[in-house]
Amino acid sequence: MRYVDEYRDADRVRRLADAVLAEATRPVTLMEVCGGQTHTILASGIQQLLTERVELLHGPGCPICVTPLETLDLALALTELPDVTVCSFGDMLRVPGSHGDLSAARARGGDVRVVYAPLDAARLAACEPDRRVVFLAVGFETTVPAVAAAARWARDRGLCNFFLLVSHVRVPPALELIASDPERRIQAFLAAGHVCTVMGTAEYQPIAATHDMPIVVTGFEPVDILQGVLMAVRQIERGEAQVSIQYRRAVRDEGNPAARALIDEVFEATDRPWRGIGIIQQGGLGLRQEYASLDAQQLIPTDALPQPEEPERCRASEVLQGRMRPPECPEFGRGCRPEQPLGAPMVSSEGACAAYFAYRIGDVEDEIASQDPAREAQA
Amino acid sequence: MSAADEADAQALLAGSCPAPAEGDRVTLAHGAGAGASARLFDELLAPRLGGGPLDERHDSALLDAPEAGARLAFTTDSFVVSPLEFPGGDIGSLAVHGTLNDLAMSGARPRALSCGLILEEGLPLTTLARIAESMGAAARTAGVPIATGDTKVVERGKGDGIFVNTSGVGVVSPGRELHPKLVVPGDVLILTGSLGCHGAAVLCAREGLSFDADIMSDSEPLPDLVENLLEAVPEVHCLRDPTRGGLGALVHEIAAAAGVELRLEEAALPVDAPVASLCEILGLDPLFLACEGRFAAFVPEAHAGTALAALRSHPLGRAARCVGRVEPSTRGRTRVVVETRIGATRLLPLPAGEPLPRIC
Repeated sequence: MRYVDEYRDADRVRRLADAVLAEATRPVTLMEVCGGQTHTILASGIQQLLTERVELLHGPGCPICVTPLETLDLALALTELPDVTVCSFGDMLRVPGSHGDLSAARARGGDVRVVYAPLDAARLAACEPDRRVVFLAVGFETTVPAVAAAARWARDRGLCNFFLLVSHVRVPPALELIASDPERRIQAFLAAGHVCTVMGTAEYQPIAATHDMPIVVTGFEPVDILQGVLMAVRQIERGEAQVSIQYRRAVRDEGNPAARALIDEVFEATDRPWRGIGIIQQGGLGLRQEYASLDAQQLIPTDALPQPEEPERCRASEVLQGRMRPPECPEFGRGCRPEQPLGAPMVSSEGACAAYFAYRIGDVEDEIASQDPAREAQA
Repeated sequence: MSAADEADAQALLAGSCPAPAEGDRVTLAHGAGAGASARLFDELLAPRLGGGPLDERHDSALLDAPEAGARLAFTTDSFVVSPLEFPGGDIGSLAVHGTLNDLAMSGARPRALSCGLILEEGLPLTTLARIAESMGAAARTAGVPIATGDTKVVERGKGDGIFVNTSGVGVVSPGRELHPKLVVPGDVLILTGSLGCHGAAVLCAREGLSFDADIMSDSEPLPDLVENLLEAVPEVHCLRDPTRGGLGALVHEIAAAAGVELRLEEAALPVDAPVASLCEILGLDPLFLACEGRFAAFVPEAHAGTALAALRSHPLGRAARCVGRVEPSTRGRTRVVVETRIGATRLLPLPAGEPLPRIC
């Protein structure tokens, strides 16, 4: 596959890893922002090549993990209304709300459908005028243009039965929060390439300058990530703090102006709660007044919903902000496993805890067993 | 009987079978036992599915007993695939191949199949005829008769067009032993062809995904290929076809049953370019997509070359290759380790459920 295979080439990967180890004169800690990058790092074993010289911490870039419990609970409540269809991307189906997930809601008779594009949900509303179709609009700036296009499509056709349950989040305010943490461990960000494909790099400049942190916009294949690491290490070694782009084959400084204009037409920045972190100032996108008639929150009185119940023992907040690696959590692999998760990072396809559990649980179980002589004997 | 049902029954009476006109549909009368039921079997199903003991129309099919020392293998499987027809196959041929392949994985030579059809009221008879034709053709190609069967009709809304159950009987030659528990460290894992074509083809057809490159199901009967292998290498320890859950689920099951560690070599795993592209776009792992015309063989390393040669001499095994090996378990834990393209290692996770496309 062109544009994929060459970025998985084993020789290129090893040469880049050797270059990183040769040029990093002291240990560095970097944060990859996106959950997709986290999965590449763990699935390909990049951390093993970088040894302990370069530590990669996992950031808040899992749109599923940061979707607030209240939003999931509202989506679940909507599935219980007789004429409502809830549409979602596939990987939202297994994320637990306070009481079950969308997959279970479908099994109970709720009309939950997986769509591949927001426009498919709008088209469904046009085809089934007797139903109210709600699209659960989650995700970072990457997915927002397609949702905005669906909103405009529905409005242009005067559809009265298409709604958006909006939980979009913006990356830069989250990076600002992490960068300004007085206890922060990281010296540079590997920013999420696809977000910058849409948004460009302008929003990252003040973060790099204010907090003296290099930000390298990075792709998602092993070669991308190691090139991003090398670019970040070089900046750190030189004492620089620039925004630079590794993912040049997809990202321009100005992003995609047409997509940004579409976002601006439908959405505006707003304060938004992030699951596990709390409210982030300007950390989300909400519908503009002109599109308020699409807001799904009007379909159900939110004060009728029970209080969301988040497990107290879940340390997702610290994982999402790079204060803790998943295996450092006392519940990881013990009280929190994919079949019995305490929080979204253990079930989401982009969750850091899920990635560690999938690809490295054997190592963690070795650690757990070695701390517990009885279990060791049993093994 | 409703007027519509009566009309449909009359259409059958009028001799629309065995080439039913478009619009003729399955009705509850087809499940009532006599009349329309009998005609459905005699005029539509038997000409397509028969040619062996089924034509005797006996309450049981009578089969010759195996030779002394041989054992019988008996298996059953139900098929509920949606859509009923997809590029490279349909629920009928899939049901035949699936059951033949289950027999072959036990080392059995298939002798006879059964065919249980659960039809939903409203299913077009033309669709049923196509599926029966395909099913009969698959059985004839494999040289295994559909010996007995049953048809039921359920009300509209209580089925998915058609459900197919097939059982199969086969004979295992004296001395032939294949079982996951026989897999031991030192075995190599040979795969007979590329991964995920069937799962990807069904997904594309079900979700209406149009794709530049056609992706065809790999649904094929494997008994001949298995005989080729086992005649050349009787020392094979285990065979398994990666159907639901794909190769990923298969290796986990074998590792657990045999109490071993399985190591897969990522760079050796064969995935056709269109399937790989689809998986990239949707965020799916071809390791966990179903195959219906491939199998994995666990073979002592000393016999790997002979096994590969035997497999590659058959049209369905031309792409056979070694993709992994068996090692002792670590600390009593059975697991699957992937040696990645870049020379590192990771565990192979077992997904929590059906693969779902990701958000971005």
